Amino acid sequence: MSIKIEVKDLIKIYGSEPRKALSLLRQGYSREEILEMTGQMVGLGGISFEVSEGEIFVLIGLSGSGKSTALRCINGLIRLTSGSVVVDGHHIEDMSDKELRRFRGENMAMVFQHFAVLPNRTVLDNVAFGLEIKSIPLEERYRRATEALRMVKLETWRDRYPDELSGGMKQRVGLARALVMNTSILLMDEPFSALDALIRTDMEDELLNLQQEIRKTIIFVTHDLDEALHLGDRIAVMRDGRIEQIGTAEEILSNPANEYVSKFLRKVDVSKVLTAGDVARRPEEILRLTEGPRSAKLKMDTVGVDYLFVTDRSQKLKGIVTMDDILQLIAQGSRSITDAIKEVNTIDKMATLQDVYPLLANVRGVVAVLDEKGRFLGMLTRADVISRLAERGSNATATA
Amino acid sequence: MQPLLPKIPLGDAIEWLVDWLRINVAPLFDAIRWVLGGVSDILTNIIQFFPPLVLIALLGLLIWLISTRRQAILAVLGLLLIYDLNLWRPFTNTFVLIIVAVLLSLIIAIPAGIWMTRSRWAEGTIKPILDFMQTMPAMIYLIPAVFFFGIGMVPGIIATIIFAIPPPVRLTYLGITQVEKEFKEMALAFGASGRQVLTKIELPLSLPSLMAGVNQCIMLAMSMVVIAGMIGAPGLGTNVYRALGRIDIASGVEAGLAVVIFAMILDSASRALGSREQSMAVRLVSRWQRRRRERAAKSVELPVAAEENS
Repeated sequence: MSIKIEVKDLIKIYGSEPRKALSLLRQGYSREEILEMTGQMVGLGGISFEVSEGEIFVLIGLSGSGKSTALRCINGLIRLTSGSVVVDGHHIEDMSDKELRRFRGENMAMVFQHFAVLPNRTVLDNVAFGLEIKSIPLEERYRRATEALRMVKLETWRDRYPDELSGGMKQRVGLARALVMNTSILLMDEPFSALDALIRTDMEDELLNLQQEIRKTIIFVTHDLDEALHLGDRIAVMRDGRIEQIGTAEEILSNPANEYVSKFLRKVDVSKVLTAGDVARRPEEILRLTEGPRSAKLKMDTVGVDYLFVTDRSQKLKGIVTMDDILQLIAQGSRSITDAIKEVNTIDKMATLQDVYPLLANVRGVVAVLDEKGRFLGMLTRADVISRLAERGSNATATA
Repeated sequence: MQPLLPKIPLGDAIEWLVDWLRINVAPLFDAIRWVLGGVSDILTNIIQFFPPLVLIALLGLLIWLISTRRQAILAVLGLLLIYDLNLWRPFTNTFVLIIVAVLLSLIIAIPAGIWMTRSRWAEGTIKPILDFMQTMPAMIYLIPAVFFFGIGMVPGIIATIIFAIPPPVRLTYLGITQVEKEFKEMALAFGASGRQVLTKIELPLSLPSLMAGVNQCIMLAMSMVVIAGMIGAPGLGTNVYRALGRIDIASGVEAGLAVVIFAMILDSASRALGSREQSMAVRLVSRWQRRRRERAAKSVELPVAAEENS
């Protein structure tokens, strides 16, 4: 595969007199020392990497590590202080503002962390924004925008306004707006960070599916290790404006270049990263409030459990019924299950597994996971949590 | 008693400056006077050319177009009352004064507000000037206005502009600075020029704030009407001022009421311009846009589910 983007000794210094800081940096002074001596902030302290055509290249690091700055130096939203960025053989750093504007419009589109979907435009007009900037005739603009919306499965929403859209849908609009430009490069700045964990994984999968089709060169910035491992063909771990290691997920996990990288990998405590919503599973059978004791028993027998969750018509959780109580109701000849409903521990889907542990310390060892509207999403048992942690834990030990 | 500190001749110095300006910059003032006077004369003639009832009907229609039917009916009733009270002629004069003063204010204010967002220097310079303009008692503006432009409509317009210009400048500036950075960055990332960022991102997104500025500008201009009457600007203000001099309750209240009615009409009309939903014009335009879009998208077959969802 050919090299699409080549970044060499990229240095970015924030401040009024970068020259002095630059020479100090070259003499090997650290970021803190330079800040103290000159008041200039080193955003990027000389990074180099190459991205091949059709590759998903992930920049990962904590906030302040310079990953977003690096991304913006590639499309020139931030002008670099020293070094070079070559895209398709063109030097970004040598371009005038005007050339750069045209180059961006032709060659790279960007997706933003907070979507940047304009509230005063319809979905379609948002997607057509970049084409509008290029003064493409209205008809072609809308035709292409509709096609892009179809790629992200939002074509039925084209005449809506963004305030009617969920976060995930807004980011699809952001993605469509980038796709419609027909550029070979896609720059993605933490595109899924603002989304719920459940949706985030869906979006990641969808991006991978889409990538099968569109085969773009993608630079993807994230602070989420799971996301990086999931998406990245190659991953660059950044810290304090420098790259600590570049490699495939396997290479980095099995052979961390230094203490920082292995610490970075280990620091990802799965119980803090995974949310209840991530792990929750839907029980095979759920009992409706309107159903009677006999149908409850039938359901328990078919699935082979001794309890069922009870929900009302709007999916709201009412509680739990157990086999013992149901049998008693049947013996009494009762037709309603309402008397047998017992309370059950519940937890929000955004809660981390860490928060789930104490709730599991009840008799049955089960917790109901609810979404933000209090609807029943699924259940979690002690076994679910432990097996999930064990599965992730084996990854983590492999890296140590 | 001897004062502790000798008085700095500040007032004298300013008087000297004003005198100097009057003598040396006279041609400029004459030109302004000539242009503004000419424009307002022509406008007054046009408005007074219409029979009052016809003009009332036209204004009613206009308000219906930009606002609701209810507002239009109220406006027509109010205007009829002004006509009935025999205040139609001063009303037309006030109308012209407001239109000219507000338009000129906005022509200066909106670019000034934009400029403030673009240049540190402009921001640092214009802000204190605005503070000065807003804290200075309004009547003080009459003195230089009279000095440079004499008596009548033109100094009235000038004093009104000075008084009404700060809010639209501030609200334009505020509106644009409150546009989220990510939107501007997005536009730049898609190849927009500085000008496109302004017209496609900053101005549309700060429209509510801009329209609040327009509304404030109109309301302040209205409140200057009576004060402008003191220097002979023809209009309802003159009637109020005259009634004040004669302690004539009857005509004072009548003219004052006319001012209030006019202010309410302007207020609701300018507010309607700022909100999308109620305005008939906006609805017409958006219907037209939708049709354009549908025509444009005809080549792409439309999913049927589009209507189901709505």
